[in-house]
Amino acid sequence: MKNKELKKVDIIFDCANCEPFEVVKKALALSPDEIIDQIISSGLRGRGGAGFPTGLKWRLAKAEQSETKYVICNADEGEPGTFKDREILDVVPSKVLVGMTICAYAIGAKEGFIYLRNEYNFLLKDLNPLVESFNQNLKKLGMDFTIKIFSGSGAYICGEESALFESMEGKRGEPRNKPPYPTKFGYNGKPTVINNVETLVYCTMIVRIGVEPFKKLGTTDSRGSKVFSISGDTTKAGIYELELGVGVDEFVKEFGNGDTKAVQIGGASGHCVPRKDFNKRIIGFEGIPTGGSMMIFNSSRSMYNVLKDYLEFFAEESCGQCTPCRVGTQQLLKGIEAVKHGEKPSSYLNQLLKLSETMKVASKCGLGQSVHNSFSSIVKNFHEEMIY
Amino acid sequence: MSIINLTIDNKAVSVTQGQTILDAAKKVNVHIPTLCHHEDLCVAGNCRVCVVEVEGNRTLAASCATPAEEGMVIKTNTPKVRNARKDIVALLVSEHNTQCTTCYRSMNCELQELSAEYNIDNNRYLSVLKPNIQIDRSSWSIEKDDSKCVRCQRCVRTCAELQHVNALTVTGKGKDMKISTFMDLPLNEAICTNCGQCVNRCPTGALTERRYFDRVWEAIGNEKKHVVMNTAPSVRVALGEMLGYPVGTRVTGKMVAAMKRMGVDSVLDTDFSADLTIIEEGNELLQRLKKVLVDKNTEVKLPMITSCSPGWVKFIEHIFPDHLGHLSTCKSPQQMFGALAKTYYAEKKGIDPADIVSVAIMPCAAKKFEANRPEMNSSGYRDIDAGLTTRELGHMIKQAGLNFKELEDESYDSIMGDSTGAGVIFGATGGVMEAALRTAYEVVTGREVPFENLNILPVRGMEGIKDATIKIEGCLPEWSFLEGAELKVAVAHGLINARKIMDQVAAGTSPYHFIEVMACPGGCIGGGGQPIPTNEEIRRKRAEAIYDEDMHMKLRKSHENPEIIQIYKDFLIEPLGHKSHQLLHTTYKKRNHY
Repeated sequence: MKNKELKKVDIIFDCANCEPFEVVKKALALSPDEIIDQIISSGLRGRGGAGFPTGLKWRLAKAEQSETKYVICNADEGEPGTFKDREILDVVPSKVLVGMTICAYAIGAKEGFIYLRNEYNFLLKDLNPLVESFNQNLKKLGMDFTIKIFSGSGAYICGEESALFESMEGKRGEPRNKPPYPTKFGYNGKPTVINNVETLVYCTMIVRIGVEPFKKLGTTDSRGSKVFSISGDTTKAGIYELELGVGVDEFVKEFGNGDTKAVQIGGASGHCVPRKDFNKRIIGFEGIPTGGSMMIFNSSRSMYNVLKDYLEFFAEESCGQCTPCRVGTQQLLKGIEAVKHGEKPSSYLNQLLKLSETMKVASKCGLGQSVHNSFSSIVKNFHEEMIY
Repeated sequence: MSIINLTIDNKAVSVTQGQTILDAAKKVNVHIPTLCHHEDLCVAGNCRVCVVEVEGNRTLAASCATPAEEGMVIKTNTPKVRNARKDIVALLVSEHNTQCTTCYRSMNCELQELSAEYNIDNNRYLSVLKPNIQIDRSSWSIEKDDSKCVRCQRCVRTCAELQHVNALTVTGKGKDMKISTFMDLPLNEAICTNCGQCVNRCPTGALTERRYFDRVWEAIGNEKKHVVMNTAPSVRVALGEMLGYPVGTRVTGKMVAAMKRMGVDSVLDTDFSADLTIIEEGNELLQRLKKVLVDKNTEVKLPMITSCSPGWVKFIEHIFPDHLGHLSTCKSPQQMFGALAKTYYAEKKGIDPADIVSVAIMPCAAKKFEANRPEMNSSGYRDIDAGLTTRELGHMIKQAGLNFKELEDESYDSIMGDSTGAGVIFGATGGVMEAALRTAYEVVTGREVPFENLNILPVRGMEGIKDATIKIEGCLPEWSFLEGAELKVAVAHGLINARKIMDQVAAGTSPYHFIEVMACPGGCIGGGGQPIPTNEEIRRKRAEAIYDEDMHMKLRKSHENPEIIQIYKDFLIEPLGHKSHQLLHTTYKKRNHY
């Protein structure tokens, strides 16, 4: 079967008729349930990487009986190789605020927060006045919803939703036990919808352009388009909005420099696809999901070094509370070094693969659980590079 | 409360909503191993040792942290589960200092047990133990060895939830995550009360008490030295746990016999000085009441608060330094005992106090710090030369090669070996209050407290804060100013409850006249020097043993202790007299809050 061809799309950054409050008014003309129905029928799934159905998340939060609910925009974009949220907040920030407002209206929240990655504080110069005037305009519309910006402190783990709440509450940014999930017990223990920056913009756009133009893009499991952050060995590094479901081969044809050895899809916590599999894999939730990070490696790159970098990153950025992640990341790193230096036999890699399986099933949060993705895909596909 | 039905290893079980998979497993006698879990503390779910398979789930669930849900199908012993657990324990071992042979907690270590249970091969993974970890021995009371830490955070949760002190906290992340103090200060500079509750809940040897038993053995072996040991009330109801007895067994007679066999020159009872504390503190309370009610003296503070618990004393010195006037000026029974050992006892026995080594056997870690407070030497000699825990005594008995169970019961030596039931109950929360009321009420009215069998039940039990009101009627002429007064008392244990009580005192809204505070949950029976493990059930059984011991005493009121009567006649002359002030009372100091 031939893979889907690459198609560039322009929804996120499209600014035609960009009057934010027209979209808000359009949303307010619908009932909360009608909005949620639209989002559900669009098939939109979270663009942060995990891909939870957005409308369902909103429905769960709406169903909770609580005076206080929150909408949080997760702008703690920390996955290595991802930089699309920065661009969205820089270029079309109003659309993010509108998305939050629509969500607030749909679930009955009065307060919203943008959890902004510490390294993105330079955006505050423009964001602060924008949010302020946006809030005032909401008041004029008679809407009881206020947005605030919360600046993170620079830990990767705080992009994990429950660690993010802890961080906002002034505590150490450590993931919580789940269940309960955020829609029941989120920020300050209240029902909370937390969505990625890009997801919220798609919500804005679905209300503005309707479900169909969105839905006709992508595949059954991966509706719509997605913003990709493309980096590495390419002459076209940058941010592109592409239809979901595209084949990796098509992607490489467009963005590779002719010598692509592997594509790391989804950042350090994502999967590595080697050249031999380019035509077998597609980019989407039924194939290889991604929060947008696409790193292209050509044949001059050592995949051992790539993996070692990732593992150093994880050993540093694990919060350290749970055993599989805290110790497992150190073991994987030390283990591949030992094999490389001949201190352990190459068969030790099998032991490490089993360990990464344990981390996948036993870690407390997505960080430890997803180390397995890059570890196993790189070790299995570039086995010889790990040894020699 | 709705009922949840699920199956665990093919057995149907029902639990109430909110209970965890671990709770449900216990109900059907399925043992799931745990490490970070502790019954006294909130759920952490961070060690992951307790993972189980939940049918339909992609990942394993930490059974301690996952609520049971209707229709769940749980498997606790599949290859996937066993593999994960074995890996997790192996990972913990790989970052652990595995020199078990030289570890104080060897044979009483939860990691060691798990490692044995899962037959961990030390070569499964490379060692990621940090090199050059320095053991923190800066504190008189607690030793911290990070090379043995499993990062379960029980200590952090203990310090925060039970004690509200937050001396211990998590710092760093990932591979550098560790348990530390504010600004990585050494323990003696941190705001730590030395209560040792962290030690009681540490699953490994990362947190232990500072050990001084080798010094004590030295002294015992030294012909020239006269070693006097006194044993705190709660030691006798807990020591047995280390020596093969079930929880809650009273081993007073065997303990005394063992100490004598160890070569201690004189085995005496802290209960004696507990009785003495009641006389001094009871009189102090009555004097304070008189000064406030009759003399209208505004300098004198009420409520008066007990000062027997050195963890509590350091807590108030740090956290409420402007309210030290509320503390009774009485030294703790340990320190009173030491001061008298070097004076009254030395005089009576004709021994040079310089040759006396006074050793206190305490349920406590903070007592070590207290013994080393610089001001505790008003006789010209250190009141206490060494403070040991119940655990250290247990070790010494084993080291001495004694078959504890076979020992014939023996009685305390004299002098300072007699006691009453009032002294005994100091060991449980509410005990000091009860003992004080038994005496104070009688001093004021000439009659016994109006409670059946002298048992003042309202101040007993494990509730965090207890209070009671006692109407004083039929006063003796000297105390007529108290006629008809309602004496309001409160009892708090665990420093989180002490803080609640103190917030009222600081705000000037405290309704009480007299408050007993013990730093540790349950009082001394739950002290930081008691046998490990601890939980509410264990503390309750030890407390029952304490009250049982009280009921078996001939004398149950401090002022009836013949040796107390004697010491006032021969030496102290009167409560709060000149000698008392010199030897039995103390001062406090303001300490830093941060």
